[in-house]
Amino acid sequence: MTLRSVSCHYGGDIVLDDIDLVIGSGTFTGIVGPSGSGKTTLLKALLGTVAPASGMITRRPGLRIGYVPQVETIDWSFPVTVSDVVLMARPQRRFAPWPTRAERTEVAATLERLGIADLGRRHIRDLSGGQQQRVFIARAMLGSPDVLIMDEPTSGVDVRTRHEVVHLLADLNDDGLAMVLSTHDLNGIATHLPHIVCLNRDIKGSGSPREVLTPEVLERTYGAPMDVLEHAGMPIVVDRPRDRADIIELRRHA
Amino acid sequence: MIHYLTDPLSYAFVRHALVVCTVAGGLCGLLGVFVTLKGMSYIGHGLSHAIFGGAAICAAIGLNFFIGAGIWGLMTGLSVSRVTRRRLIASDAAIGVMTTASFALGIALLGLYSRVRQSIEATVFGSVLGVSMTDVVIIIGVTLATVIIVIAFYRQLLFTTFDPDVAAVSGVRTNRIDALLMLLLCAAILTSMQVLGVTLIAAALVIPPVVARMLTNSFSRMLWISSGIGAAAGAVGMYVSYHLDISSGATIVLVNFGVFAVVFALTGPRRHRRALGGTTAIPEPLHHSAPAPTPTPADATLP
Repeated sequence: MTLRSVSCHYGGDIVLDDIDLVIGSGTFTGIVGPSGSGKTTLLKALLGTVAPASGMITRRPGLRIGYVPQVETIDWSFPVTVSDVVLMARPQRRFAPWPTRAERTEVAATLERLGIADLGRRHIRDLSGGQQQRVFIARAMLGSPDVLIMDEPTSGVDVRTRHEVVHLLADLNDDGLAMVLSTHDLNGIATHLPHIVCLNRDIKGSGSPREVLTPEVLERTYGAPMDVLEHAGMPIVVDRPRDRADIIELRRHA
Repeated sequence: MIHYLTDPLSYAFVRHALVVCTVAGGLCGLLGVFVTLKGMSYIGHGLSHAIFGGAAICAAIGLNFFIGAGIWGLMTGLSVSRVTRRRLIASDAAIGVMTTASFALGIALLGLYSRVRQSIEATVFGSVLGVSMTDVVIIIGVTLATVIIVIAFYRQLLFTTFDPDVAAVSGVRTNRIDALLMLLLCAAILTSMQVLGVTLIAAALVIPPVVARMLTNSFSRMLWISSGIGAAAGAVGMYVSYHLDISSGATIVLVNFGVFAVVFALTGPRRHRRALGGTTAIPEPLHHSAPAPTPTPADATLP
C-alpha cells in the first residue's frame, strides 16, 4: 500500500496532512503519537473506510487486509464463543448458517496456528487477556490477509500479555505477514519494532527506533520535552525530569 | 382443570388470539435478541410509540393501518439508525426525540378526531377481542419471513450486532443489515400490536432475550430460548387474559416478568460467583511464541 500526499479532514479540521507512507510486503510498522494525532484515521485510511480529502492511496490489486480492533471496544458479555468470533470473518455463502466442514477445518487450523486450538468452545469472557487478543487476531487471519492492521493491540493489557502479543506478532511477521499497528506504548512496543512512524497530523519522523526516538523528534511529536536513555543497546524514552526548583514549588503547593 | 384450557377454544376469536399471542411472543423474543445485544432495548418502546402516531394518522384519514403505520414506523426507525450511526446524538436520545414526537402526534389526533378514539385505545393496551383469521395469516407470514431472513443473514446479523465497525471493514453492508433489522422490527411490532399493545410491546421484546442471556452463553441457543420463552409467555398470557378479563398485553408481560424473576433467582448465585472472580479462565497453553518473562533488549527488536 502506498499513500502519496494524503490529507484527511473531519468537517473543517485537518486530521492528517500530506502523509507519504509505503507499507511493503512483510514489513512491520508502528505508528506512534499522542491522543488525537490521527493514528486511528491513518489506519482507517489504510483500511479504506476513510476517504482522503486529497492525495492518493494505492493498493496492490487483490491485496487482502485483516483488521484487529482495540479489545477495549469489545462487549465481553456478548454471547459468543471463540469459534463464533473467528467464523464471523467468513461470509455466509449458503442458506444454512452453520459452518461447513471446510470452514470448521479452517477455523481449527487458524486457532491452532495462534496457540488457542483447545479454546474454540469457550466464551470470550472466560479467557485471559492474551487469549482474547489472539481470538481477534485469529478472526483477522481467517481471510489469509497479506497485511494485518491493528489498533492499539496492547492497550489496557498487563505486561505479561503485552510481551506475549509482541512475540506473537513477531512470529506472524516472520511468516511473511505485513503488519501495521498503532500504539501509545513507546518502550513496551515501539522500541521493539523495526520501523516507526511518529505522527501528529503530519509525519514528524520515520525510520528505525534508533533513528526516530530522539528528543527532537519526540518533542515535535508529543509537544513535551522527553529524554532518550540507552539500556543494553535499546532506546528507552522517559519524561524529562523537572528541575529541583520546580519540584520544591510543587511540594510546597501540595 | 383441563377445561380451563379447552373451554375458551370453543370461540373462534380465542383460537385466533391464541395463535397470534403465541406467534407474536416468539417473534418478539427472536428479534429482541438483536435489539438487546445492540444495546437498543429502548427501540421497541420507541418504535411502537412512533407506529402509534402512524396508526392515528391512518385512522384519521382512512388509510390502511398496516401500510401507513408500517411506513411511518420504518421511516422513524431508519432515521434513528442514521442519526445514531453518524454519532450526532446518542441512540437513546434519538429514540426519545423522534418517537415521542410521533406519539404526541397520535395523542393530538386522538383529541381532534373522536372517531379515532376507539381503535387507538385498543392499540395502546392490546386486546384479544376481534382477532381475525386475517390477523393470524399476517402474523404467521411475517414470522416465517423473519425466520427465513434471520437464517439466511445469520452471520451478517451476528457480525453487525457484535462488532459493527469491523463488520463494515470486512465487507458486510452494515447499513443494509441495520435497515433490514429495522424493517423486521417494524413488521413485528405492527403485527403484534393488536394483542400486545403499544405501551407493553417493548417488554415482550426485551424480557425474553434477557432471560435467555441468563441461561446461555451461546448466541444461536439464545435465539431459540428467547423465542421459546416469548411464545410460551404469549400462550399463557392469552389464557390468563381470557379468564381474568384483563388486557392481553398486560398478562403476557406479567408472565414474561414471572419467568424473569424465577430465572434470576435460580441463576443469581452463579452470577454472583462470577462477579467475585470465579471465571473459568484457563492457563495459557505453551507454544512456539511463548514470551520470556522479561524483555531482553538484545533479542527483543524485531527483524
